Amino acid sequence: AMDTDLSSQDRKDLDKFIKFFALKTVQVIVQARLGEKICTRSSSSPTGSDWFNLAIKDIPEVTHEAKKALAGQLPAVGRSMCVEISLKTSEGDSMELEIWCLEMNEKCDKEIKVSYTVYNRLSLLLKSLLAITRVTPAYRLSRKQGHEYVILYRIYFGEVQLSGLGEGFQTVRVGTVGTPVGTITLSCAYRINLAFMSTRQFERTPPIMGIIIDHFVDRPYPSSSPMHACNYRAGEDNGAVYPSVEDSQEVCTTSFSTSPPSQCVFTVTKAHFQTPPPVVTDTLKVPVMGLAFSHQLSSSRLSYQPAALGVGSADMGYPVLFAGGLNAAHPHQLIGPGKEGGVPPVPSQPAHGTQADQERMCTPLDGVHYSAATPSSSEDTETVSNSSEGKCGSPHDLLETIFVRKVGAFVNKPINQVTMANLDIPFAMFAPKNVELEDNDPMVNPPASPETESPLQGSLHSEGSSGSSTGNTHDDFVMVDFKPAFSKDDILPMDLGTFYREFQNPPQLSSLSIDIGAQSMAEDLDSLPEKLAVHEKNVKEFDAFVETLQ
Amino acid sequence: PLSSRCCAPSSAAPAMNCRAEVLEVSVEGRQVEEAMLAVLHTVLLHRSTGKFHYKKEGTYSIGTVGTQDVDCDFIDFAYVRVSSEELDRALRKAVGEFKDALRGSGSDGMGQISLEFYQKKKSRWPFSDECIPWELWTIKVNVVNLANEQERQICREKVGEKLCEKIINIVEVMNRHEYLPKMPTQSEVDNVFDTSLKDVQPYLYKISYQITDSLGTSVTTTMRRLIKDTLAL
Repeated sequence: AMDTDLSSQDRKDLDKFIKFFALKTVQVIVQARLGEKICTRSSSSPTGSDWFNLAIKDIPEVTHEAKKALAGQLPAVGRSMCVEISLKTSEGDSMELEIWCLEMNEKCDKEIKVSYTVYNRLSLLLKSLLAITRVTPAYRLSRKQGHEYVILYRIYFGEVQLSGLGEGFQTVRVGTVGTPVGTITLSCAYRINLAFMSTRQFERTPPIMGIIIDHFVDRPYPSSSPMHACNYRAGEDNGAVYPSVEDSQEVCTTSFSTSPPSQCVFTVTKAHFQTPPPVVTDTLKVPVMGLAFSHQLSSSRLSYQPAALGVGSADMGYPVLFAGGLNAAHPHQLIGPGKEGGVPPVPSQPAHGTQADQERMCTPLDGVHYSAATPSSSEDTETVSNSSEGKCGSPHDLLETIFVRKVGAFVNKPINQVTMANLDIPFAMFAPKNVELEDNDPMVNPPASPETESPLQGSLHSEGSSGSSTGNTHDDFVMVDFKPAFSKDDILPMDLGTFYREFQNPPQLSSLSIDIGAQSMAEDLDSLPEKLAVHEKNVKEFDAFVETLQ
Repeated sequence: PLSSRCCAPSSAAPAMNCRAEVLEVSVEGRQVEEAMLAVLHTVLLHRSTGKFHYKKEGTYSIGTVGTQDVDCDFIDFAYVRVSSEELDRALRKAVGEFKDALRGSGSDGMGQISLEFYQKKKSRWPFSDECIPWELWTIKVNVVNLANEQERQICREKVGEKLCEKIINIVEVMNRHEYLPKMPTQSEVDNVFDTSLKDVQPYLYKISYQITDSLGTSVTTTMRRLIKDTLAL
């Protein structure tokens, strides 16, 4: 008779394996989106703390978040652990890129040996995860983050939510491991709207956004910003230190036996760590303080006070890369990711939206004027095709409007020709370079001289809202909607930017307008016969005059 | 048939349970090395363990395998490999020879490189040990020549995308959890694993390659033994 019930020891071991497998899975995924190359060393002597015989570092904050999300539970049927990877631009727009799902289904493999086969297969699955995390589109995106966008992660436990990935998302299976209590499956669903995007666009170009952020947004971190410290300062107590790994960390010491074959002596010991608070090793260059800071970025949405961690619920997004502080000499400079560190100074967000919408920072930048866009945004969105993207309602529309405006300073782009913005892609700047767009680019092909319009041209305010009307050709330049430097609201009833827009289209001089010209010509023609009659009357005088000249 | 090529010339034993996977890539000449290394390293990542340390009573412990990211210079692609300089050197040597052979005369740019995992079965004197393959990976390569820089740029991206697909294919195969050699006793470990490396322990493997000449026939078969091979005689 076969004993199909799991022995209690096996059960305990299996639960432990699954728990640590879940934690390691999160580490691998998050570390793969840090934007840096990962390197760990092989060691022929087992140290006892390397679960699954793989050298995977534990970023304490990530473990903390994962444990918080799991809240002592394990993945089970209907209760999956998900790691959501999303992208957030420096303007505050965000978008889900991937959902990594660790699920359990009911298909059990009663015969499998827990402490041996399951353990080794979980190890193999982690290797597969290492490989697969480098081949989804988000990897290349995450390697180039820091300048215009950052990559965030969010861990949640429960039902898998894939709706934020847009239509047509693809799934890749990382692998499965059968156990006596169910089959563990690990997979990734990823957005493909960006799959064709050329990563060339993310080479280090001077960011237009940087100008905005430079001047108009409060420095998004407090004066005692931890961002200045690139490295984790062990022992520094500023209230933002994560509780270190539990004093008695569970350690996995594996011993395998071959006699008789496939039996296993497996010991799990609790080691008491006297080590100092967990230090992120050199190979990762992850500033834990940076991670701590970035937690506040997402959770507070407003201020950047270093709050005690634990603020915010478990399902907050955490920027994954803060590779260092800003260059102290040039605090406003955006530095690319890498050794010098790159902190995109994400501007503070006004607290729009509901608590639940915390990830969706679709509101415009605080210091940015959308005075032209806002009243007409509803009309703009009519010309813009309807998007069924995600759950963004009006914020999404505003996104598209924002993009239309931000096609670049001083660019003549009649709105109806900005096809990218019209599409369902709110992050059109991530879309592949559209050759037609280049043809429409006045920098490439200067437009023909605009036809003169009726003298009753309004300013950009009213014209802009008509969207696709072709009467916009008089707009040689579209001013990017931001506050011009050094303008102040409180002195003038309008600021420099508004002033400029209002008066950049003065009415035509009447003498130059065709209508009036045509009118006078008609008058001239009508008056000719009269004039001729007058001249005829005086013909004798004219003749006499001519004779005097001969 | 694949079996006869598996272990020649040391054995003509039929390949039992030898699963074979074939991958095909078209690359530019300068991409050959990186593409081959990416595939081979990904396979070996899954087919290497930590070093075994046998203790008394037949138990053993397993060392730790580190990993690292590798960026390709000529392909928009990155992959993970095992952190072992010895292993990397061995693969680079084999791939370098393959690339040279592809470039050499008599080649129209088509060839294949194979990674075979095998077990050794000791035979008694005077017979030499048998090599019994249990998994064979073949990468067929087609070298293309590109005319201009724009095409090269496109090729960088396309080959990168293709390699992503290959990695996914490899992982799919690995996930089938099909036959793997039994974990060996201390006396048998060298029949299953390559224990010559100091930091990791891949399954016994050998790499070989073939270049196709313009007639489509297989001209050169070169066997390279990259592991210490003990000869019974």
